[in-house]
Amino acid sequence: MAGMSELTASQRFQAFANPARFMALSDRLLPLSAVVTALLLGTGLYLSLFASPADYQQGETVRIMYIHVPSAWLAMFGYMVMAGSSAVALIFRHPLADIAAKSAAPIGAAFTFLALVTGSLWGRPMWGTWWVWDARLTSMLILFFLYLGYMALWATIEEPVRAGRAAAVLALVGSINVPIIHYSVVWWNTLHQPASVFRIGGPAIATSMLMPLLIMALGFTLFFVTLLLLRMRAEILRRRVRVLRLARTER
Amino acid sequence: MIRAFKTLVLRDTKLAIRVGGGAGMAVFFFLTVIAIVPLGIGPNLKLLGSIAPGMLWVALLLSALLTLDRLFQADFEDGSLDLLMTGALPLELVAAAKALSHWLTTGLPLVVAAPLLGLLLNLETSAFGPLILAMLIGTPALSFLGAIGAALTVSVRRGGLLASLLVIPFYIPVLIFGVGAAGGGGVSAVPGAGGQSLALLGAVALVSLVLGPVAAAAALRANLR
Repeated sequence: MAGMSELTASQRFQAFANPARFMALSDRLLPLSAVVTALLLGTGLYLSLFASPADYQQGETVRIMYIHVPSAWLAMFGYMVMAGSSAVALIFRHPLADIAAKSAAPIGAAFTFLALVTGSLWGRPMWGTWWVWDARLTSMLILFFLYLGYMALWATIEEPVRAGRAAAVLALVGSINVPIIHYSVVWWNTLHQPASVFRIGGPAIATSMLMPLLIMALGFTLFFVTLLLLRMRAEILRRRVRVLRLARTER
Repeated sequence: MIRAFKTLVLRDTKLAIRVGGGAGMAVFFFLTVIAIVPLGIGPNLKLLGSIAPGMLWVALLLSALLTLDRLFQADFEDGSLDLLMTGALPLELVAAAKALSHWLTTGLPLVVAAPLLGLLLNLETSAFGPLILAMLIGTPALSFLGAIGAALTVSVRRGGLLASLLVIPFYIPVLIFGVGAAGGGGVSAVPGAGGQSLALLGAVALVSLVLGPVAAAAALRANLR
C-alpha cells in the first residue's frame, strides 16, 4: 500500500483496525487461501488414504489418525486464536479483535467435536470402547464445553461491544485448559497415547506417515484461516446491518 | 480499605441471612438431590457407599451453582454495584468480599449438611473426616470461581443457567481433586493419594482466591460500561 513504509509499526497496526480495509484485504486473500486449502487437503487426503503405509499393528484403521490428529491440533489452535484475539481486544481495544475471537469460536468447536468423534471411532476398534474417562479425553471434552459456553455468552448478551468484552474475559480464564490438554498424557496415567510429534527428541513417527500428517495439518490450518476470514467478513456485515436497523428505528 | 472490606462482607452476610432463600434453599436442594440418588440407582447399600463421595461432591457443586446469581444480580439491579465500582475499595476486593460472604452463607451450611447426607448414602465411617476437610477447602474455590460466572452474566436477565454452564468447566478440577481427597474415585486404593488430592485441591483453592476476584472484576467492568 502506498505510503505504508513511512508509518511506524503501531501506526501500521492501527491501519488494519479499519474494518473497511479488512474487507478489502480479505476480499483479495480469500480466493487464494481457498485454493491453497483445496490443494493441500486434496494432496493430504490422497497421501493419507492411498499413498501412505498401513500400520504394522493397527492396519488400515491408522488412517483415521490423519483426520483425528490434525482436528485435535486445530481444536487447541482455535482456542489459542480465540484467547489471543481476546487478549488483544481487552488490552489494545483493537476493533477487529473481538470479531476475530467470535468468528474463531464455532470453527474451533467444530474441530473439537470432530476430534472427539473421530477419536471415538478410532477407539472402538483399537481400545474396545467408544469412550473412556482418561485425562486427555476429559480435558478435550472440557475444551468443547468452554467453546460452547463462550458461544452461549456471545449469543446471550445483546450489545456487541459489551458481549465482546465479557466473552474476552471468559476466553482468557479458560485458556488455562489448553496446556492441561497438551500435558495431560504426561501428568496422568492415560489410555490415550503420549505425544508422538511435539516432543523433546523429535517426532517418534515414521516419515512416510509424518509427511501426510503434516500436510493434512497444514491443510486444516489453512481451512481454519479461510473459514475465519469468511466468518469475520460476515460478522462485520452483520454489525453494519444492525447499526442500520437501529438507525432506522430511531427515525 | 480493610474496614471497607469487612463492612462489605458484613453487609452481604446480613443481607443473605435476612432476605433468606440462599443458604436454606441450597441445603434443601442438596438434600433433595442426595435423596433421589438411591431412588434412581436402587437401594444397594454397598453401591451407594462406593459412590457416596462422588455423589456428595456433585450435589454440592449443583447446589452451589444454584445460588450464584445472588452474588451480583441484586446489587446490579438497584444500582449499588455502580456505587461500589466508583467507591474506595478496588473492584477486585469488592468481588472477593462478595465471594467470601457467599461462602460464609452458602458454602459453610452445605459443608455442615454434607456429613448428615453422607449417612443417607452409607458413606464409609473413615471417609467422613477427609470429606469434611476436603469440602471446607473446596467450597471457597466454588464461591470464588462462581463469582466469575456470576459477573459474566450479571447484565443478563435470568442468566443463572448460563452462569452455571460457564462455571462448570472451572469447577471440574475442584470436583476431581475433592472426590480424590474424600477417598472416592478409586483413589483410596492408592495409599497417600488422598493426601495428594487434598494438596492439589488446596492449590486450586488458593489459585481461585486470586483468579476469581480478578476475572470477576474484569467481567463486571465489561458488563457495566
